[in-house]
Amino acid sequence: MTPSTDLLTALILTLLVGTAVAVVRMRGLFPALMLMGIFSLLGASWMLVLDAPDVAFTEAAVGAGVSTILGLTALALTARRAKTSSRKPWPALVIVTITGAALVYGMSDAPGVGDPAAPASNYPVPSYVERTDHDIHIPNVVTAVLASYRGFDTLGETVVIFTAGIAVLALIGGVAVSVRNPGPAGGRAGDGQGGDQPDELARGVEPAA
Amino acid sequence: MRGHAILRVVSKLLIPYVLLFALYVQFHGDYGPGGGFQAGVIFAAAFILYGLIYGLSALRRAAPQRAVELISAVGVLIFAGTGIAAMLSGGEFLNYGAFSQDYTAQGQHLGIIIIELGVGVTVAAVMVLIYSTFAGRGRS
Repeated sequence: MTPSTDLLTALILTLLVGTAVAVVRMRGLFPALMLMGIFSLLGASWMLVLDAPDVAFTEAAVGAGVSTILGLTALALTARRAKTSSRKPWPALVIVTITGAALVYGMSDAPGVGDPAAPASNYPVPSYVERTDHDIHIPNVVTAVLASYRGFDTLGETVVIFTAGIAVLALIGGVAVSVRNPGPAGGRAGDGQGGDQPDELARGVEPAA
Repeated sequence: MRGHAILRVVSKLLIPYVLLFALYVQFHGDYGPGGGFQAGVIFAAAFILYGLIYGLSALRRAAPQRAVELISAVGVLIFAGTGIAAMLSGGEFLNYGAFSQDYTAQGQHLGIIIIELGVGVTVAAVMVLIYSTFAGRGRS
């Protein structure tokens, strides 16, 4: 880390904290959602400063892009403002403060960014870096580790993403429910599973087939 | 968004380049940063932008819901099928070296390209699926 990247990191982290506090204090859901997008974009910039362009890609596309849009579509179905509660959740504040202090205390033991003596830099990373060129002939070691050396993990991750898609489809797909007349709370699987549902609730969004 | 001429024109101009960039990230993943996951998300972002500007029914004409559901499973099958193909070629599950004679790097490279394609296909399809399912809810 050079002094200029240190400065940049400090700036981005300050902005991240500021954005997070603003999101928590905000009652309007639309501006809060926009700030969440900015939060993700700041996170992506930080990942770029840390030389992790793959992660920055993902964070910018998923965090700032797709999840903001999903939030907007969810916002279209609900109120524009968060409910204000008169209750002051002091116990929650105490728990968060203690957890945060413990994390900061734990960080004092963590190795610095890019520390060559850190355990993660010593095992098993050097062998991957050394062997990739011989084993696979590709320059991007990250791809080699993800796709080949740790291919089984990546298969698992792909299955997780597929499962997420199925879960969304099972929970809210297939059955169109109007806002004013919410149907049976989203637990029914769509696509022909709800044979016992009244017809007016079981109609599809559009012909699925 | 029928009235937003600027949004409609600009997004129509941008979408082909977003798709092209996704393909670049997909197939250049072994040389530069990127890979199946990033490419899939960028590819899906183009479809989601299209749905956002031109409406859900236009998106479902371009990417029919049923097809997207099937494609999301196809990616996982490509990935797992590559592993099984490696077993049939005499290696272990997901040991792509078995695709080439004498377990050279060529087989590894081929295997990586195929499974990254599987990851990209599943991620892109699931992202489009989640968006169109979310956006379809609440319409009656």
